[in-house]
Amino acid sequence: MKSAVILFPGSNREHDAARALKLVAGSNVNIVWHGESELPKHTDLVVLPGGFSYGDYLRCGAIAARANIMGAVRAHAEKGGLVLGICNGFQILCEAGLLPGVLVRNAKLRFVCREVFLRVERADTAFTRAYRKNELLRIPIAHGEGNYTADETTIKQLEAEGRVAFRYARADGQIDQADGPNGAINGIAGIYSEKLNVLGMMPHPENNIEAQIGRTDGRGLFESLAAALKAAA
Amino acid sequence: MIPNTPRITPELVAEHGLKADEYQRFLELIGREPTITELGIVSAMWNEHCSYKSSKVWLRTLPTSGPRVIQGPGENAGVVDIGDGLAVVFKMESHNHPSFIEPYQGAGTGVGGILRDVFTMGARPIAALNALRFGNCHHPRTRQLLAGVVAGIGGYGNSFGVPTVGGSIGFHGRYNGNILVNAMAVGLAKTDEIFYAAAAGVGRSIVYLGSKTGRDGIHGATMASAEFGADAEEKRPTVQVGDPFAEKLLLEACLEIMKAGCVVAIQDMGAAGLTCSAVEMGAKGDLGVELNLDAVPCRETGMSAYEMMLSESQERMLMVIADGKEAEAEAIFKKWGLDFAVVGKTTDTLRFVVKHKGVVEADLPIKELGDEAPEYYRPFNETPERPVLTPADVPTSVTLADALEQMLSSPDLCSKRWVWEQYDHLILGNTVQKPGGDAAVVRIEEGPKALALTTDVTPRYCEADPFEGGKQAVAEAWRNLTAVGATPIAVTDNLNFGNPEKPDTMGQFVGCVKGIGAACEALDFPVVSGNVSLYNETNGKGILPTPTIGGVGLIDDLSKTMTLAFKAAGEPIYVIGKTEGWLGASIYLGLICEREEGAPPPVDLVAEKRNGDFVRALILDGLVSAAHDVSDGGLLVAVAEMAMAGNLGAAVDSHCNMAPHAFWFGEDQARYVVTAAHGQGSEIVRRAEAAGVPVTKIGKTGGDRLILPGDRSIFVEALRDRHETWLPIYMSSMS
Repeated sequence: MKSAVILFPGSNREHDAARALKLVAGSNVNIVWHGESELPKHTDLVVLPGGFSYGDYLRCGAIAARANIMGAVRAHAEKGGLVLGICNGFQILCEAGLLPGVLVRNAKLRFVCREVFLRVERADTAFTRAYRKNELLRIPIAHGEGNYTADETTIKQLEAEGRVAFRYARADGQIDQADGPNGAINGIAGIYSEKLNVLGMMPHPENNIEAQIGRTDGRGLFESLAAALKAAA
Repeated sequence: MIPNTPRITPELVAEHGLKADEYQRFLELIGREPTITELGIVSAMWNEHCSYKSSKVWLRTLPTSGPRVIQGPGENAGVVDIGDGLAVVFKMESHNHPSFIEPYQGAGTGVGGILRDVFTMGARPIAALNALRFGNCHHPRTRQLLAGVVAGIGGYGNSFGVPTVGGSIGFHGRYNGNILVNAMAVGLAKTDEIFYAAAAGVGRSIVYLGSKTGRDGIHGATMASAEFGADAEEKRPTVQVGDPFAEKLLLEACLEIMKAGCVVAIQDMGAAGLTCSAVEMGAKGDLGVELNLDAVPCRETGMSAYEMMLSESQERMLMVIADGKEAEAEAIFKKWGLDFAVVGKTTDTLRFVVKHKGVVEADLPIKELGDEAPEYYRPFNETPERPVLTPADVPTSVTLADALEQMLSSPDLCSKRWVWEQYDHLILGNTVQKPGGDAAVVRIEEGPKALALTTDVTPRYCEADPFEGGKQAVAEAWRNLTAVGATPIAVTDNLNFGNPEKPDTMGQFVGCVKGIGAACEALDFPVVSGNVSLYNETNGKGILPTPTIGGVGLIDDLSKTMTLAFKAAGEPIYVIGKTEGWLGASIYLGLICEREEGAPPPVDLVAEKRNGDFVRALILDGLVSAAHDVSDGGLLVAVAEMAMAGNLGAAVDSHCNMAPHAFWFGEDQARYVVTAAHGQGSEIVRRAEAAGVPVTKIGKTGGDRLILPGDRSIFVEALRDRHETWLPIYMSSMS
């Protein structure tokens, strides 16, 4: 398995992502500079890491979405290649039009770093096969602008097509938008592209992978990716 | 030619914060009337903030060396060996005045400044902490200041990408007009790749790196060296504006050019910007410096030499570049989109020469600017001793349960989750213990080693007895590190006081420094870096003396760290250390009895060391399942915090004749609460008796309630609810 983690000025969770890919998925990892125009040959997975690319100035992800490397990322996605955007990476994917909708400021207007409950909406994608459908995960979030929203038609379409990947849940597994950490519509924490090969999510599975540090609920995502790529090879 | 306009009048001298005798000394030093730029430079170098003129004689008394210390005070940050070729690099610094005027930018640039201090030394920041003090919670500005400061700290640290893992917050009316924002940064470096400020080699390029220079922050350091009056708001333009994005780029670019071997010396532009950084590089390296301001990248047009020399624009660095490495260094900076400009050179003249548009705007002796700064042995009055209060002096009709509930939902003892959830405390993936425990624990690289980190001070003790209060701040930091299983290795101090020209205030400073020194000596806990913030006064009213201690401890194997949460039902609970029921200057006395009086608890440093070493050994040997330092609020507060953290109740009893409120809420020092791991209770008692350490069984874990002797019991969940909701409710309500 070969992964490319894209480094924008202001990215700051690139090492966390690279570490999870190596440690859990056993992946070979290239850190790729935003100014490049090609991905390393035979890249299986592209990861847009968390951070504050370009300081989150203008609008989160808006400048990074127009970076040089994004042409190659888009081509990779269009070929059906796997793309994972975490936090700022999710914001960039939305700004780049690779995923619909947008992440706006948290409903309470404050940055929030907290472990939340996530409900796995489907366990049959390249990102989630190591989980069970409706499994509750505990994964941290750390963002000020994670409030997912989109127009009514888009939300209906996402729901109808089963493209919601994860939702913020209560400890009992129920979804209540008002209880969510950021006000995201329908508790949406992550969504897939039409072909299910692009996933954008606000929570940080890469920060819950080692028992030594805390919980390990994030491992499943990287294990799923490793298994999916192995099966495809 | 040295320009002589405008003329330097006594009014102009006073506006620059220089006393008449200080100006006279400067005149004698240079033998002529200075230019306005020179006056600006000397005011920047000789103000309290940069010169430590009131504090230096006392700071010299602190213990600063030890077998692990690689670099003590005097550099950008302290450096301590942690084995395996690695060093921990850390420092704490205040940004009090700017944060009061403009809380978001003031606090944010405080974080930015201290992070720069750490990566200037070649270290990658791995953790940030802070210590905050606000006014009374009923004061009309407190909410807004707290919200702004917390957002500012988060806004900077989160974007920069360093986990903010710990800190402390307190409230008191004496901070109404002068809040405290102390920021601490901790970094990791290789012991043989530490970078210093001292320039070396004549004729080498001095390079300016980072963001452009603007008109923000001019005279920031001078502002920070004066009291506030009614005009505090008007000082807003002296506050710098932070750009964490630029700082993140600066970090990566600096570490990259250091790795490439381009750097001879490096100094960040913090207080007094270009002036302070250039003078320090030259003075420390026994070299002259010549600057050509025409080359300085400016954000605004028409900036004068005076403005450029005094700007405190953020995210800037000054470096001496190795011969022949200019092009390589420049390429790295351009890659990161940062300014890179050769702005001067080192000389053998020992002069600090500043040229602008062909005019020599300053020509000063460089060593004297730093070394000949005034130094004062200011007169001081020792703080009068307060009477010792006995339990009988503190009559009460409040029950234990009522007092506990009230204390745990009070500003000082409530949960600070509302604050630390606004800080990214998990980034980098090494946070083993997040905020809310005795000390944060952060893994070092791949482990198994880890660092324990804490910030502590109890200002009401320092006010009551500066010497004991100074000792206590150090002892509590040492205890907090011990309670997670760490060996305390070194401290950074951030000494916040009022006007040192008042003998009573100076007496507080002297007492606290003596106390810190005594405790650091006794506990093998050297001071390796620090910062002094004086003139924390508004309209003549000073803050509580607040010498914040930032403690760092080393953990050899992070699988042996300890947390404060109760783990299992049926485990005996012990208090280690002697309980005498000391209520003087306690939270109980202040909050429940509304009395601020009495001597604070004395700190027996021998007992501290003995009891702490004992508890650490219990942790490392696996005999305890939870450990917690006993501090603010005393024993019952400690037990309740352990219950809330573990979501597990306990039944407790004192089994002694002491007045219950004194036993349970007294704040005697050198104490810990531990629970015995399965079946280890008798071994703990046996060991304690052998070591001469007082140990008392005070109860047993279990159930969903705290069962108190002769009182109603309290559901842990209900208590936690009150504990957790006070601050969010306070922050969301309008006053």
